[in-house]
Amino acid sequence: MSIKGTAYIAGAYEHPTRLAKDKSVAQLHAESAVGALADAGLTKDDVDGYFCAGDAPGLGPLAMADYMNLKLRHLDSTDVGGCSYISHVAHAAEAIATGKCKVALITLAGRPRSEGHSGATPRVRGADAPDTQWEFPTGIATVNAYAMCAARHMYEFGTTSEQLAWVKVAASHHAQHNPHAMLRDVVTVQQVVESPLIATPLHRMDCCVVSDGGGALVVVAPEIARSLKRPLVKVIGAGESMKGQMGGAVDLTYSAAVRSGPAAFAEAGVKPTDIKYASIYDSFTITVVMQIEDLGFCAKGQGGRFVADGNLISGVGKLPFNTDGGGLCNNHPANRGGITKVIEAVRQLRGEAHPAVQVKNCDIALAHGTGGLLGSRHGAATLIMERE
Amino acid sequence: MVKERAIPAPLVNPETEAFWAAAKDGKFLIKRCTACGKAHWYPRGVCPHCFSEKTEWVPASGRGTIYSVSVMKRAPEVYAVAYVTLEEGPTMMTNIVECDFDKVAIGDKVVVTWRPTKDDGPPYPQFKPA
Repeated sequence: MSIKGTAYIAGAYEHPTRLAKDKSVAQLHAESAVGALADAGLTKDDVDGYFCAGDAPGLGPLAMADYMNLKLRHLDSTDVGGCSYISHVAHAAEAIATGKCKVALITLAGRPRSEGHSGATPRVRGADAPDTQWEFPTGIATVNAYAMCAARHMYEFGTTSEQLAWVKVAASHHAQHNPHAMLRDVVTVQQVVESPLIATPLHRMDCCVVSDGGGALVVVAPEIARSLKRPLVKVIGAGESMKGQMGGAVDLTYSAAVRSGPAAFAEAGVKPTDIKYASIYDSFTITVVMQIEDLGFCAKGQGGRFVADGNLISGVGKLPFNTDGGGLCNNHPANRGGITKVIEAVRQLRGEAHPAVQVKNCDIALAHGTGGLLGSRHGAATLIMERE
Repeated sequence: MVKERAIPAPLVNPETEAFWAAAKDGKFLIKRCTACGKAHWYPRGVCPHCFSEKTEWVPASGRGTIYSVSVMKRAPEVYAVAYVTLEEGPTMMTNIVECDFDKVAIGDKVVVTWRPTKDDGPPYPQFKPA
């Protein structure tokens, strides 16, 4: 049993707001859903499956499904942090393959910018979580958890701040063409390494933006996809995993992408060299470097060298990534970047990315994300899509 | 002496109260499994290595080596989070204190030191240069 070819992404919508002081989180979810259904050419009444994660207000999917007045046969609120929505696409394909639904709606939204949330502030991720009493007192936040990965990567492999900076530089080259991006100025390696240190060795420009916003996807059965007017974006492979501290055998040099990636490639029947465009979760520059290694785009430890000299810039390098500007420059709604990763991959496969960053003959694309903290325990989700 | 960050009190539960009770006497305990013989962190009633329920509290030396460290600059009081690999094997998340934040580095030898926590919570184990 495989999900290859069992479902298509028919609708994708990124909410244009980056600061939504005048809207509620539920409203942003629903507005994103409106946009994705309109993009697909479907209506609310066509939806029979709904997927959301921890950013949705209320108990699991119940409050949002009720707000939108959906009539559902299938519900799923898998939450593995920021990559949840990449998993949701795979779960929707599974549900469609087994006849549980035909039109699956996935939504994400949040307003961390309006609410003043920052990745530099420690926050309790479940007071009753068994790790909280041991780790929350350390002041572990988001940025310093990822920074410990960066420090170890530098120690083990000789990765430099300048190499990490190239990830941001590439994102900024793409963001200049995105009118909705929060940060549209092209930056240099020097500007990144001279920006203030937040948590050593990560600088301010190694960190993604904090933005309000949302996004939604519509995943449908093949016969529905073919009845619509949109280009066909087929789901061909997916993988998911997680990695923690392994009972104290902590190893910060790799991510759970070492499992989710190969599973997705095997199901899709493609290799990293077949990928024309990759959306890679860029909460921080180090996140991209580690995931690129773990997905097999380069050898372990070579990620810093791989991303240098513009290798991630569309039209310049070997692996065009995050052509919307990514989390580093465009948008990181709800502090969860998974859905925007799928949305930009869909744009690329449809040929609807900005002409300046559109990858030529983009027939196979990958979206990969990390959820939670790479430095303590995290989820990973990989999705491979093909233009039909 | 730099001003140190106030430390939130750990939320003690029945599985872990022996650790925090010993902490009040300055004793640093870890859990070891009597079935597979391996130590682990953080402490659990069920061994994460072999799934035995026969784990026991044992004294640890309190000495270790920094596996990774990051100095948080964007905070009212600068502080360092770290993973420290204990002599007994497991690696734990903690803080490095009483150190030069410009020099603290992976590979440094460190030793446990206790800090009071807010709301009369139990002392929390941090590490300082050995």
